[in-house]
Amino acid sequence: MARQMSGAKMVVQALRDQGVDTVFGYPGGAVLPIYDEIFQQNDIRHILVRHEQAAVHAAEGYARSTGKPGVALVTSGPGATNAVTGLTDALMDSIPLIVLSGQVPTFMIGTDGFQEADTVGITRPCTKHNWLVQDTEDLPRLLHAAFHVATSGRPGPVLVDIPKDVQFATGTYTPKPKASEFRYQPPVKGDMEEITELVAALETAKKPVFYTGGGVINSGPAASQLLRELVEATGAPITSTLMGLGAYPASGDKWLGMLGMHGLYEANMAMHDCDLMICVGARFDDRITGRTDAFSPHSVKAHIDIDPSSINKIIHVDFPIVGDVAHVLEDLLRVWKARGRKMDREALAKWWQRIEGWKTKNCLAYRNSETIIKPQYALERLEALTKGMDRYITTEVGQHQMWAAQFLHFDDPNRWMTSGGLGTMGYGFPASVGVQQAHPGALVINVAGEASWLMNMQEMGTAMQYGLPVKQFILNNERLGMVRQWQQLLHGERYSSSWSESLPDFVKLAEAFGAKGIQCSDPADLDDAIMEMINYDGPVIFDCLVEKHENCFPMIPSGKAHNEMLLGDASTEGAIQAGGAVLV
Amino acid sequence: MNALKLKKGSTSHSAYNLRPTFSDTIEQHTLAVVVDNEAGVLARVIGLFSGRGYNIESLTVAEVDHTGKRSRITIVTRGTPQVIEQIKAQLGRIVPVHQVNDLTVEGPTVERELALIKVAGDGDKRVEALRLADIFRAKVVDSTLSSFTFELTGTPDKIDAFAELMRPLGLAELARTGVAALSRGEG
Ligand SMILES: Cc1cc2nc3c(=O)[nH]c(=O)nc-3n(C[C@H](O)[C@H](O)[C@H](O)COP(=O)(O)OP(=O)(O)OC[C@H]3O[C@@H](n4cnc5c(N)ncnc54)[C@H](O)[C@@H]3O)c2cc1C
Ligand SMILES: Cc1ncc(C[n+]2csc(CCOP(=O)(O)OP(=O)(O)O)c2C)c(N)n1
Repeated sequence: MARQMSGAKMVVQALRDQGVDTVFGYPGGAVLPIYDEIFQQNDIRHILVRHEQAAVHAAEGYARSTGKPGVALVTSGPGATNAVTGLTDALMDSIPLIVLSGQVPTFMIGTDGFQEADTVGITRPCTKHNWLVQDTEDLPRLLHAAFHVATSGRPGPVLVDIPKDVQFATGTYTPKPKASEFRYQPPVKGDMEEITELVAALETAKKPVFYTGGGVINSGPAASQLLRELVEATGAPITSTLMGLGAYPASGDKWLGMLGMHGLYEANMAMHDCDLMICVGARFDDRITGRTDAFSPHSVKAHIDIDPSSINKIIHVDFPIVGDVAHVLEDLLRVWKARGRKMDREALAKWWQRIEGWKTKNCLAYRNSETIIKPQYALERLEALTKGMDRYITTEVGQHQMWAAQFLHFDDPNRWMTSGGLGTMGYGFPASVGVQQAHPGALVINVAGEASWLMNMQEMGTAMQYGLPVKQFILNNERLGMVRQWQQLLHGERYSSSWSESLPDFVKLAEAFGAKGIQCSDPADLDDAIMEMINYDGPVIFDCLVEKHENCFPMIPSGKAHNEMLLGDASTEGAIQAGGAVLV
Repeated sequence: MNALKLKKGSTSHSAYNLRPTFSDTIEQHTLAVVVDNEAGVLARVIGLFSGRGYNIESLTVAEVDHTGKRSRITIVTRGTPQVIEQIKAQLGRIVPVHQVNDLTVEGPTVERELALIKVAGDGDKRVEALRLADIFRAKVVDSTLSSFTFELTGTPDKIDAFAELMRPLGLAELARTGVAALSRGEG
């Protein structure tokens, strides 16, 4: 059903046809026609953020927690440039987003017009794809294509730059085409020969391990379900990257915990010593591999990934399988069952014995205190007190992020939102706003460091305006903790600019916005304070004053191998002799 | 599709060699990339090379299918086998890219480049330039009393060789198109 309408109307109509219920945005001259249309309808809710970077992170939080694409709307020039960090973040973490930006009218492009920026030029390297719309007649097609591209294959952010005259002009609206009508069709089915070869390798493996990542979450709930079935049926151990937490439940008995730079000892040792590594939707990031020439030196490696460029990029693999996780795992399971569900159970039992040995190192152990709140303790209490609740966690970037990954447990996908690839301080608060908007009744907590949190603190206004009861759980060490840790360990304890000076009084800050502020510094008060935060019906800033100089362990220093992991002194006591390879 | 004379079956995905040999040898490859001729597509391809630190030895682009609005980009690049595979995979990931063909691994190819070469001089040098041009089958496309402009088509090596010979004879200016390439045979 083709209809005549203005470009601005088309934007709203296309969003509606795509099933969008929420747009995060900030107005300005170049998007006023679109804002005018938003004003005149009720299907799509617009959330007015306080900074365009936050609009994009909020859309990321919305997307990651729902599996649907997130949508942001920004004006030209500064609106678009403010969105760049969010776009880059979404590109690195494969988050599907549609960002719409206003642009000066087509006849002014190239004249250094007011608030003109070469938005498609600036965002070309930080989007999966982008378009400058030159003609209102092209607009509906490009808007629908933007959704298709953002969500197909490896997901990512797509930007559509819409000049103001294109918004005003009238054209023919064309409805959402079928997905099959687009040329862009990344393959989802894996090669059956490769899959069969992998099954054969799995049947005879003595020390297999599943190394899973964000791709499982990207693939959708079916992928997590199939992964669980596969792991349970084969009995092989499983570890995940920071981005994949929750795909396999942390309460599952095959779970080794997160791997990588701040991952668990047993997970990294299993990766190092395995004879078959099955990588499922992860990308051999440098936080995972450490020194690549010492990475899992004796294993045969399989890699299931929808993006051929992820395969053999960093680590040479023996079984490359291009396809969508859910599709490939389904075939893999079917073939493995059809061939008689074989595993070398005896060898597997021995492999588990070794893993149990590594677990006894208790690598997350820390020295608790009765007088000072240890950040790990704060998170352990947060975990215990929120267990079983309908809970979503976002984080900022730094030590607190790693401790959250270590001490909070996720039994379901889409419950954990963190900036992994770009490591964007300032991500967590707006992301929590986006998550809460998508899940109004849920408990949404942003585990933050005070320095990161300040980077997008203006979003208190957004949380208050829309009554989004997000909990800002700030582990306040008055330090840029992660930076301080590196300076301590790698730069001769020269603490160059890693202090958080002149911090605000967070309780007063909360009150200034009309929110609730809670401060806690005594471990004995912590449980009550956390319960107060949970039970408060509205946004809370929780200023948790923690130990200032705690280090985050385990840690594989950059450029070191997996078996050269640093452990905290609490877990190495009496254990150093046992694992000769461990450098402390 | 056939009008574009691309190999059958080499879709943007089957062109990838997911089992490359790993070595440190630097190889030169000629890639043919078919793209939608939409705004910014060349910037995307070039940005990929500069952003990820890959080499471009030569690059040509022109629309080859006006009705379908497709362009063909021919890129000559250098790198280890792994880097070449990454380049192909990264190119294939660009949304308006239809096909990536590695002509170097897909069998024998025809590669041609066009050059315009201006040589200024008189006396014996002028005569010698004309004689050599004849041997290379370069055409004179412009001449004055003290200069010739030659047009030469051939492999990049042939053009290099001709330019070297012209240098002592008064090579004044050289313009090259970069390589256009097709695989030999039917399809
Ligand atoms: C301070 C800090 C410390 C960090 N330390 C660690 C650490 O100790 N451990 C750790 O794990 N990470 C750590 N990270 C995160 C790290 O930087 C990377 O972001 C993360 O490891 C990448 O996760 P991933 O491999 O799962 O890939 P992602 O970035 O999630 O990529 C997903 C992969 O799956 C593929 N994919 C997408 N969709 C599909 C699909 N449908 N089917 C198949 N494949 C698909 C993609 O092509 C891609 O290759 C840290 C980050 C920070 C900021
Ligand atoms: C935007 C941005 N700038 C700088 C960095 C580098 N960086 C990584 S962690 C960190 C310190 C974070 O401090 P805080 O938020 O207090 O968390 P903590 O490490 O103390 O838990 C910095 C500066 C970054 N990741 N992002």
